[in-house]
Amino acid sequence: MMHVEFFLIIAALLFSIGCVGVLIRRNTIVILMCIELMLNAVNLTFVAFAAEGQAMTGHIFVFFVMTVAAAEAAVGLAIVIAFFRRRRSTDVDDASLMRW
Amino acid sequence: MLHRLWLIPVLPFAGFVLNGLNALLGARFLPRRAVGVLACAAVLGSFLLSLGAVRELGAGPGGRIFTQDLFAWIPMGQSADGADLTVRWGYALDPLSAVLILVVTGIGFLIHVYSIGYMADEPGDAFARFFSYLNLFMAMMLTLVLGASLPVVFVGWEGVGLCSYLLIGFYYDRTFDEASRMTCADAGRKAFITNRVGDIGFMLGMLLLFSRAGTLDIQGILARVGTLGPRVCTAAALLLFLGACGKSAQIPLFVWLPDAMAGPTPVSALIHAATMVTAGVYVTCRMAPLYLASPEAMATVAGVGALTALVAALIGIAQDDIKKVLAYSTVSQLGYMMLAAGVGAFSAGIFHLMTHAFFKALLFLGAGSVIHALSGEQDLRAMGGLRGRLPLTHAAFLVAVLAIAGIPPFAGFFSKDAILWAALGGRGGSPLLWAVGVLTAGITAFYMMRLYLLVFAGAPRLSERARRHLHESPAVMTVPLLVLAAGSALAGLLGVPSFLGGGRLPDLLGSYLSPVPGLGAADPGAAEAAAAGAAALGMAGLTEWGALAIALAVSLAGMVVAWAIYGRGRKAPAAAPAAGPILRLIKGKFFVDEAIDALVLRPYRALCRLSAAFDETVVDGLVNGVGAAAELASQVGRYAQTGYVRNYALVFFLGTVAILYWVLR
Repeated sequence: MMHVEFFLIIAALLFSIGCVGVLIRRNTIVILMCIELMLNAVNLTFVAFAAEGQAMTGHIFVFFVMTVAAAEAAVGLAIVIAFFRRRRSTDVDDASLMRW
Repeated sequence: MLHRLWLIPVLPFAGFVLNGLNALLGARFLPRRAVGVLACAAVLGSFLLSLGAVRELGAGPGGRIFTQDLFAWIPMGQSADGADLTVRWGYALDPLSAVLILVVTGIGFLIHVYSIGYMADEPGDAFARFFSYLNLFMAMMLTLVLGASLPVVFVGWEGVGLCSYLLIGFYYDRTFDEASRMTCADAGRKAFITNRVGDIGFMLGMLLLFSRAGTLDIQGILARVGTLGPRVCTAAALLLFLGACGKSAQIPLFVWLPDAMAGPTPVSALIHAATMVTAGVYVTCRMAPLYLASPEAMATVAGVGALTALVAALIGIAQDDIKKVLAYSTVSQLGYMMLAAGVGAFSAGIFHLMTHAFFKALLFLGAGSVIHALSGEQDLRAMGGLRGRLPLTHAAFLVAVLAIAGIPPFAGFFSKDAILWAALGGRGGSPLLWAVGVLTAGITAFYMMRLYLLVFAGAPRLSERARRHLHESPAVMTVPLLVLAAGSALAGLLGVPSFLGGGRLPDLLGSYLSPVPGLGAADPGAAEAAAAGAAALGMAGLTEWGALAIALAVSLAGMVVAWAIYGRGRKAPAAAPAAGPILRLIKGKFFVDEAIDALVLRPYRALCRLSAAFDETVVDGLVNGVGAAAELASQVGRYAQTGYVRNYALVFFLGTVAILYWVLR
């Protein structure tokens, strides 16, 4: 049996990578992928604690997260496609009309 | 007739309603003749009812007061000790109000009749409007006089003030004073506002009496004067006197009365000479026991009255407008009445009020007849020599001049003498007050003689226009003049002082008024006080006869001096002398208007400007500042909305970190 710390460290690494990606990348698709990365880091944490504590709650919650993530990806990609059709771009910095 | 007391004010009020509606509807419903007859009939009805009621009162028992309680007017529940505080609407008739209602309705009726002739050239709706105002005035004046409680009196008090305002401004579109470009409407406003100053005093005095005596009923208050304490009595009496000063044109609130001459002449006769302006004197006499309880208030009343009499008489010397001379004369005579009240001779004050109502109404109506004959000319410098052309007016006017100058046996002689004797020997009377009164009598005789000579004697100085239309007034105007002349000649016989009448001519008025609280027989120490006063003057042994002789001599001297200056020269006299500092002071009317302007109006306007500036800068500044601050904050804050998702995400991230740090710390 592996220590739970190992999973937590991996999850933290994944979350940080995803977070930094969201903050510094400009390509919308990459940002969406980074968000998935963060969600999966959270999923990993859930599963790790669930295995550690012999409880099913964490497992069940992961399924919910996956479902929401799938919906989010669907909506996000639809927005990206709509945006791309108008602007021929997937750069988030091009979507900056809502400002002063 | 006593039980119909309530009808006395109601009849003229009905006349006001009918004529007023008619005037509002363009005078289409009543012909001109009907308007005049209706107005006169209403007042005549009141006069006859008054006569009947007074007759019945005279025969009635029980302290000679009849109170008619009509309805609960202002329900106010009960006081802490269970007394009923409700103000009731009621009328009271006692000898004092009896004298007043007879004077008001009798002289009022004559002036109504006269007005039909005087206002004959007015268009129909103005004619109806004029008579509806006059009738409203009569209703309000009678309410004032008959009111059994102070609030009822106050309703009449304000009502007559309103009518005064409406009638002064009757020719509201005309300029009244060319020099100051004052319109008639301005003059009305001045009268109204000056009166409001006094009314504040009246209201405060009324409230003070209500809070201390627990009732507003006049007889109730007078019965409780003894329990009020001297300080309350003094304060209440002085506050009520402030109101009287406004209404009866005493210093310093007299400035409105000369400008009230902007109204038509019958109005000047009725309101600003015979009746309304005496309301202050009436209320002072009505509250006599209150004043008697406070020597300080009495001294104030006497001092103000004497000073007003003297100052107004002096100003009267130098006026060139026939109505202005009479206006200042009215102020001066009202000062006499106040002087009488201030030395405790209330019945002498009422006596003078009555005789003055006759001769001053006559003087004004005579002046109106002259003005009417001269097509509106009011300047004494453009009159003269009218004796032969206006014989009836001249005869009546001469009687009035002799009456006001105090020449026996005309009315003014008796009442003025009664006041002067009281000023010397009455309660708080002094040689100084007496001397001021005698001096004023001389000045009065001087300026009235001057007025008479400039109008009726000498060579005519008429303008071409006035000369063409010169005519004696119609009978509807001259008959009231003659009736008033008879009154001015004979009214004095009602109050012949006992030392003059011997036993054959009793002091009818004095004994009639004596049951009224405070108006009873003069104080028994009067004779000694008078003797002491005479001794102080260096005239030991001065009797009533001596005092009378001195006053009469001074009056005659005034007339002779006037004749010497204005009567002998056949050429046009320089109407008003205007050289030297004293004469300049008199010509400038003692600069009272200017003083009020500098001391009251200018500071008031400066205060208005200051508060306007405060409003515009501080209050508006605060409100606008809040708005500007919000706008400024938005100007700065909007730059947070960059439109870059990354920026929002970074803030979101940092926020999350901060919250986590705070939670997990």
